[in-house]
Amino acid sequence: MSFIDRLDAIDRRWIFLMMACAVAIPIIVIGLTGARFPEVPGPTSTATFETIEALPEGAKVLFSFDFDPASAGELQPMANAFMRHLGQKKAKVYCQTLWASATPLIEETLKKCLLTQSPDLVYGVDYVNLGYQAGNEGVMKVISTDYKQSFPTDAKGTRTTAIPMMEGIENTSSFDLIMVVSAGYPGSKEWVQYVVSPTLGKGKPIQLVAGVTGVSAPQLVPYFPTQMQGMLAAIKGAAEYEYMVNEVIKAANPGKPLPPAYMEAQRRMAPQLFGHLLMVGLIIVGNTIFFVKRRQSRSGSAMKAAA
Amino acid sequence: MNQKKTWTIILVLAAVLLAIRSFTGPGMAKVFVEDQRFAFKQAGEKEVDGAMKPAFEAVAPGTEGAIEWTTESEVPPRAYYAAEAASPGQSAIHLSTSRTIGVWVAALLTLFIFSFLYRDNPLYKFAEATIVGVSAAYWGIVGFWDTLMPKLFGAIVPAIVTANFMPGLKEEYNFWILVPAALGIMLLCRLNRSVAAVSVIPLAFIVGTTSGLKFVSYVESDLLAQTASTMKPLLVAAPALATGAADGTANGLSLGLSIKQALIFVGVVSGLVYFFFSVEHKGIVGKTARVGIWYLMITFGAAFGFTVMGRIALFAARCEFIFDDWLWLIDPTEKRVVVEAAVASVNALLPVLPGVGL
Repeated sequence: MSFIDRLDAIDRRWIFLMMACAVAIPIIVIGLTGARFPEVPGPTSTATFETIEALPEGAKVLFSFDFDPASAGELQPMANAFMRHLGQKKAKVYCQTLWASATPLIEETLKKCLLTQSPDLVYGVDYVNLGYQAGNEGVMKVISTDYKQSFPTDAKGTRTTAIPMMEGIENTSSFDLIMVVSAGYPGSKEWVQYVVSPTLGKGKPIQLVAGVTGVSAPQLVPYFPTQMQGMLAAIKGAAEYEYMVNEVIKAANPGKPLPPAYMEAQRRMAPQLFGHLLMVGLIIVGNTIFFVKRRQSRSGSAMKAAA
Repeated sequence: MNQKKTWTIILVLAAVLLAIRSFTGPGMAKVFVEDQRFAFKQAGEKEVDGAMKPAFEAVAPGTEGAIEWTTESEVPPRAYYAAEAASPGQSAIHLSTSRTIGVWVAALLTLFIFSFLYRDNPLYKFAEATIVGVSAAYWGIVGFWDTLMPKLFGAIVPAIVTANFMPGLKEEYNFWILVPAALGIMLLCRLNRSVAAVSVIPLAFIVGTTSGLKFVSYVESDLLAQTASTMKPLLVAAPALATGAADGTANGLSLGLSIKQALIFVGVVSGLVYFFFSVEHKGIVGKTARVGIWYLMITFGAAFGFTVMGRIALFAARCEFIFDDWLWLIDPTEKRVVVEAAVASVNALLPVLPGVGL
């Protein structure tokens, strides 16, 4: 059996093991050394950052957590960076979700990112967790006209009319910005379709920035920048945006070291690098095997024909 | 050595390393919590929607007549070590048995799922069934408390719901809710063959309303808005703030943006031609369609690349959980004071990386 034949017949589990090593070893090394790869922000991440950076102090921001723990590995770093940025901008944060399993993620993000950074913030005055509402795009249609009809209470059961920061919130147009971190349906696409697009060309259009999974990013790119002012695509987008937010936090707190928890997305870029290098290598090897075997089979056929 | 033996050695080696890790250093997978006590006492009444309701105010825990409860808040292990160092035997921060078991269950289920990569096995089946069962139960509970209770029962018997379950809900009757409730019950008729035909009515309602909703939004956001975004001048002026040099700007025109716009135009036209089957793909039409295929292939390649990135990110997150939260091998977020024994054991496992460590 030739080397090419052996490679062609390799057990797929060796590929799995190689991928496991390509991802796990950088995680251990990065975890022990604290090393990071440099990030150069791309246009969509920069646009996201600039849209949020342009918000005035006290801006009202609706933050929809439309993902579940299954995709948290990819999207939670984005949600964390978004929340830290909002805390830095002293924005009023209105959290909600259209995914039932995201409710604990909202609590976790508020606690770990917003309240750790700004412990003086008051619930109901500076931030609120409006919890989950069933109905997918039906909820989006309703909150476009009457927000409190879809969210009569917050996640704790307090009536929204009794929450101070809900005063003046009539519908989605009442917010200065809508942020969505989404893993699928309902998600960023539906927010564009049901909430943003109807306001295009009619007075003040709704501003939307989104953080999306790698799987859904290609189909959402066409919405940028007209219907979506910013987009973080997959963990790479999260790392770029996190880098920019960290620069702002560092500038605001000179001499204070940045907590390592603030580099969650950047830390995960090392396994990405080695995982992708392995993938590229495997694609090259696979194609090489294909072309070599095709040439062998052609030359074999030609020899048979000649004989 | 055949493959079966090789894999058995690899798996046994992993199990041995795990066993070594379990018995070295300060341990692993421990979760610590801090008790937080809350106390509220009735202080008169307040008017809510024209009715007088009891008002409560926060008081110090231990106050007579107060309603009290305790919640546990997770703290990093380093907080426990610091508290123990300051006051040995303290009880304010303590080990949470249930959460520690939770970490073990999560880690083992992760490994059970990964075991499918070797081959299908009972452990994988067990983890798969657990996920399905737990998800169904979670959705059932959420559906009841977040939808049925406030939306249905809260509208039919609001007084009972607000008095016993959801005090924040507005006491307001809304018998129109019985219409969707009836449709929902009709949908469940599918479960009984003799009345299954009834379920067609709510199904027709769902299909009709969804079509109506989606049609308008698709036309607005994906047809009109996208068409408008495509029909832009091919020669794009440089943005006012652009310096020009990096962007290739010359004589007021942005070369980069103009090329981008031209690429979009060519992509849209060639893509449309590729999917236009009323004319045979020969000559100029065939060549344009060929360009369309290239655009499609590049799009599929980008989608594949993004998908790989997403999957590696998810795998990396699970690896990080296993190495950090479960095995305590790494501490990237400084949740623990440096676990020297763990670091030493990792360094021992990685002789190819001398000098790596804390």
